[in-house]
Amino acid sequence: MKKRQMYFRMITASLMRRRSRMLVALLSIAIGATVLSGLVTIYYDVPRQMGAQFRNYGANMIFTAKDEKFTLADVQQGVSLIDADAVVGVAPYRYENVRIHESPVVVAGTDINGAQKTSPYWHIEGEWPSADGQILVGASLAENFRLRIGETLEVSYTPSEAQEGQETILDNILEFEITGILDTGGSEEDYLYISLADLEALTEESGSIDIAELSISGGADELSAYADTISNSVSAVNARLVKRVTASETTVLSKLQALVLLVTVVVLALTMICVATTMTAVVTERRKEIGLRKAIGASDSSIIKEFLGESMLLGGLGGILGSVLGFVFAQQVSIHVFSSTISFMPALVPITILVSILVTGLSSLMPIRSATEVDPALVLKGE
Amino acid sequence: MSLLELKNVYKIYGELHALDNVNMKVEKGEWVSIMGPSGSGKSTMMNIIGCMDKPSKGEVLLDGVDISKESAKNLTTIRRDKIGLIFQQFHLVNYLTAVENVMLAQYYHSLPDEKEALEALERVGLADRAKHLPSQLSGGEQQRVCVARALINYPEIILADEPTGNLDEANEEIVVDLFHKLHDEGTTLIVVTHDPEVAEVAQRTVVLRNGRVVKEVINQNFTGKIHFNEEGTHVTKTDLKSEEEIQAEEQANENK
Repeated sequence: MKKRQMYFRMITASLMRRRSRMLVALLSIAIGATVLSGLVTIYYDVPRQMGAQFRNYGANMIFTAKDEKFTLADVQQGVSLIDADAVVGVAPYRYENVRIHESPVVVAGTDINGAQKTSPYWHIEGEWPSADGQILVGASLAENFRLRIGETLEVSYTPSEAQEGQETILDNILEFEITGILDTGGSEEDYLYISLADLEALTEESGSIDIAELSISGGADELSAYADTISNSVSAVNARLVKRVTASETTVLSKLQALVLLVTVVVLALTMICVATTMTAVVTERRKEIGLRKAIGASDSSIIKEFLGESMLLGGLGGILGSVLGFVFAQQVSIHVFSSTISFMPALVPITILVSILVTGLSSLMPIRSATEVDPALVLKGE
Repeated sequence: MSLLELKNVYKIYGELHALDNVNMKVEKGEWVSIMGPSGSGKSTMMNIIGCMDKPSKGEVLLDGVDISKESAKNLTTIRRDKIGLIFQQFHLVNYLTAVENVMLAQYYHSLPDEKEALEALERVGLADRAKHLPSQLSGGEQQRVCVARALINYPEIILADEPTGNLDEANEEIVVDLFHKLHDEGTTLIVVTHDPEVAEVAQRTVVLRNGRVVKEVINQNFTGKIHFNEEGTHVTKTDLKSEEEIQAEEQANENK
């Protein structure tokens, strides 16, 4: 039999046949590894989780025209430059002056689905328009003109030029069904909202866009890079960030990450102390065995090698257990705190196992070294 | 040249002389008992011969090498290569099986060989208990594993410290029989004991008192076996005396 085979036979026998003792040590290491891997998972997942949360505060990028107007095609070209997974929503807006009850108001034509995503904080009484011919009315307008959900609203638009073959300019009039009242507490309450197709039908003009709001998940640097690329690549569009959103996102994120990092470092230190204490106890109770091994001819280095191998194997097992439980722990935290699931990070498994092995090995080194100083004669006499 | 020679050996702890000018020789293949009451210096002598301690003064020549001058690291090597240890409390690694405990000594000495370890266990009559853990073995069986472990590397000397101290009469006989076999095969045996029955089966008994060699007894009727009469009482064949007898003798001398 090779020496190495006997070495592994000994260290596995020590773990397998001293189960109750080793389970306590394993539990201590596994708990440490669990909390560590869980916290690291959360640390890396916080930007994604918080990014999703921040998207509730609305658009963080705006497309405006470099000259006067730009088109839907320009918006689509700009959006295509952004990672598809990062795009939460895109809402192009075109504003026109129209009249209701003979009074001038502003109507916004937009992609209703996109607007729902870029403005998730909008409070709608009733429903969002879901088909052509439906309209969303700002709360302020609804109050001034006593408009109610379910009523029909006549919207008239005066074209800038008379139509061909006509001498006078005639108003274009369309009727809309009011499906919801928009309540935001902001200037949005002074507008009417219809689909872009309806607005184009009303104005009999198509293609142009005044502004586009985009909600994109990602850090400030990433967003800046997107904005620069789009501004440089799409000739008609000027992309810029909504600073009050992106700046506050960055501040909150960096503070939150710093907090998680601090907790992780503290937990790492506590884990090391806990594992060191456990390993000290494990090694101390085996002083007699160390004495015996020395008496039958073991050198200090071979004793260190055997006990270190044992604790590193224990560390490895604790690390495997910790990676699995750490993911479960992070998942539970994510579900309860962020109300969403986290993605599994495969790279974290070998890192957790490695850190666990290193921490256990380092923690055991001191008690093992001191244990090798035992006098075999005294220990074997039971002193 | 003697295999082991102690020349003017002292071991001093402060005021206490645990060994006080001890001189002793052990020849190759000899079976020597070291006997004496508690505190007589037996264990100190065993530790020095077993390379687990160094004398304060004097020379200890093992195979011509003065081990009193060697470093701790060298002593470990000498102990590993030349000495087989047997302890009163057996001292087996409790999570290793009998055969693995024997292989442990091979592991530190050279290369573990399971077949050879099993043969050693067979020699001590434990072939069928090889896969048992120490907790599954009786005291006598554990001591026999200890003997197998001590002899596995063919040491120059087997050094046994109270090898029958924790054994009943039947197991004591088995272990002494094993020593007899080892002696027949040419192994040098040094058995430290306070039990005259075990001491007197050796070829020679060295009696220690207060750290000094006070008597050396040659066993004229050496057979290597403990003899019992029909009633099961031990039959003394030498002039060795128990601790109580020595004390009574001293008392009588003082009274004179």
